[in-house]
Amino acid sequence: MSHSSDSLVAHHFEDIEQQNESAVLGMWLFLGQEIMFFGGLFAVYLVYRFKYPDAWAAGSTDLDITLGTFNTVVLLVSSLTMAMGVWSAQTGRQKSLIRYLLATLVLGSTFLVVKFFEYKHKWDYHHVPGPSFSFQSEHFPNAAESNVQLFYTLYFIMTGMHALHMVIGAGLLIWLIVLAWKGKFGPHNFMKVELTGFYWHFVDIVWVFLFPLLYLINRHH
Amino acid sequence: MSTIAARPESALMPKRHYANVKHSVASWLLTTDHKRIAILYLISITVFFAVGGFFASMIRLELLTPKGDLFDGDTYNKMFTLHGIIMIFFFLIPSIPAVLGNFLIPLMVGAKDLAFPKINLLSWYLYIIGGLLAVWALVKGGVDTGWTFYTPYSSTYAKTEVFLAVSAAFIAGFSSILTGLNFIVTIHKMRAPGLTWFRLPLFVWAHYATSLIQILGTPVVAITLVLVGVERIWGKGIFDPSLGGDPVLFQHLFWFYSHPAVYIMILPGMGVISEVITCFSRKRIFGYEFIAFSSLAIAIVGFLVWGHHMFVSTQSTYAGMVFSFLTFLVAVPSAIKVFNWTATLYKGEITFEAPMLYAFGFIGLFTIGGLTGLFLGAMATDIHFHDTYFVVAHFHYVMVGGMVMGFMCGLHFWWPKMTGRMYPATIASIAAIIVFIGFNLTFFPQFILGYLGMPRRYHEYAAEFQVLNVMSTAGASILGVGYAIPGFYFMWSLFFGPAAGPNPWGAKGLEWQTQSPPTTFNFDEGQPIVVEEAYAYSIGGSESVS
Repeated sequence: MSHSSDSLVAHHFEDIEQQNESAVLGMWLFLGQEIMFFGGLFAVYLVYRFKYPDAWAAGSTDLDITLGTFNTVVLLVSSLTMAMGVWSAQTGRQKSLIRYLLATLVLGSTFLVVKFFEYKHKWDYHHVPGPSFSFQSEHFPNAAESNVQLFYTLYFIMTGMHALHMVIGAGLLIWLIVLAWKGKFGPHNFMKVELTGFYWHFVDIVWVFLFPLLYLINRHH
Repeated sequence: MSTIAARPESALMPKRHYANVKHSVASWLLTTDHKRIAILYLISITVFFAVGGFFASMIRLELLTPKGDLFDGDTYNKMFTLHGIIMIFFFLIPSIPAVLGNFLIPLMVGAKDLAFPKINLLSWYLYIIGGLLAVWALVKGGVDTGWTFYTPYSSTYAKTEVFLAVSAAFIAGFSSILTGLNFIVTIHKMRAPGLTWFRLPLFVWAHYATSLIQILGTPVVAITLVLVGVERIWGKGIFDPSLGGDPVLFQHLFWFYSHPAVYIMILPGMGVISEVITCFSRKRIFGYEFIAFSSLAIAIVGFLVWGHHMFVSTQSTYAGMVFSFLTFLVAVPSAIKVFNWTATLYKGEITFEAPMLYAFGFIGLFTIGGLTGLFLGAMATDIHFHDTYFVVAHFHYVMVGGMVMGFMCGLHFWWPKMTGRMYPATIASIAAIIVFIGFNLTFFPQFILGYLGMPRRYHEYAAEFQVLNVMSTAGASILGVGYAIPGFYFMWSLFFGPAAGPNPWGAKGLEWQTQSPPTTFNFDEGQPIVVEEAYAYSIGGSESVS
């Protein structure tokens, strides 16, 4: 234990290693519960996709693949900038830490803005489930409108839950940027950055699964 | 009756301890001390137990006569729904983990606190917010879906406060997840030097298994409740048959958590029993590793049996057969525990203090509850017993005969540690016996009622069932008295009970090596070092642990 880190150890831990290992394990467990949380949604998705393959293909084909792909790239790059941010914190590079955190925040916000326009587009075309829902598909005449509505219900809940996690992540980034501005991070104190990084990567990975499952099924038609 | 052998007559209350370092209300509501948070939980779950008990007594009053003369059907539906929601989400699930686990796990592993004290406090606040939402739902007119919130009734047709109730359960769920997370990290990372995994008290192993279920199961019911809530607000949703949605899918998702949740509601009780049985038979535990791993086995296999709730819900027969087989498989680790406790008693120096009486009650009643579970897990008999009072009797034998007995057992065992004071032993033993008699009189007739075909969840019944229902209601009154008595002597003990000293039972385990009540940081002489196995009592020394 280095003396410079004494003040960083909370009263109930013996040393900084124990504290950091606990924090990392705690975050992994938290992500474990997140996997089960989204896992419930993926299970629902699977059941209905096997039950209504045509409706799923019809709904999926109608999603905006350009915006979806753009957003996927944006998120993957944001994972890179986040990882660079963690590295900057670990190596004590204050300025580059702030720069990378800001970049991550901008990319995350870009994703959310694009998502907003996608949602608005669905609203304009009456693809939001509800009384005014309407849907016709040329390619999938067997897809019942009600089942496509089920697809869109799931689309909004799954991407909505993901977007909610993005908003929380953006909040965490702002908090980190403020702390970094005050010079709170350094080679002995970077756990908050590292753990937020865990969370950010997890949210990205969820999207990596959501994107093909929602946007890319039956594109060969 | 027994005497308190190990308590020195001259024991004095310590001058400084966790409960008297500060006195302000804020010092309690903003505390991060795991022991104070445990006390906050103890008070809050006791309140919810009383509320849930009130609804239980209303149910039993209504069922005193075959006619629906006290409530109409709708009101009765609300009574059993609120009884279920409050007892399960706000009493049973937090009971032993959040009170005894919170208080004891850091002490048992020789740590100053749980790994994340602030998250621990956050858990309590989430629990309270969930609890207040439940109370709000109750005040606004109640809920009538049953605690299981089955769709499409809950999502489309119910005219009651379903949204508030599912929000309450959702938020309380995160309290449970965070408590489990805190326990697992604490157990992994904060054990005292020398405290290897196989020297841990079995109470800690049981909580480790419980925490796994809390972390991996609760989020699934959380998202499921979100889906129900969305469907209620949005008008369209995942389980809506008019969109091609499948209401039975809700049952799968719900029971994926709620069957393992049954093990959240029994494993911690099993942990308590392992501690108490060894202490009051002065004997090492029989088959330490088997008991430890059986907790994990219950947690793991428990995730694979949910389909036995849907034998008659259009589930395929083949799926039913697999679920039935796996259900029978869970009985194996459960039975291992019961056999090992019994073997531990063999040739022990058994004394009959109040906690031990509750432990005996637990073993007997849990065995009945477990064995009758096999009747329900077998597909052929389940078709007869499904949705009858047999089911009600079965799960009350496990939940009340098991977990509540375990909670009372643990509370009586560790009360001197938590408060530093003893309670009157003879009255406590009498109360334990009253609880045992009242419990059996309440619920055993329900097995017979179910066998005879009385369905659950109706406020009226055929006149031929009345005698058994009167017995059940009479038993419930005795049970109520049995639960009320400890309330009185515990309060008395808080002010007038003789000082307990550090280790009134002569028990093993780190929690007994510090003063009662402990100081804020538990071990003032520094972190303890462990040099011996768990339960190093004088008898059974050959039971060595690798």
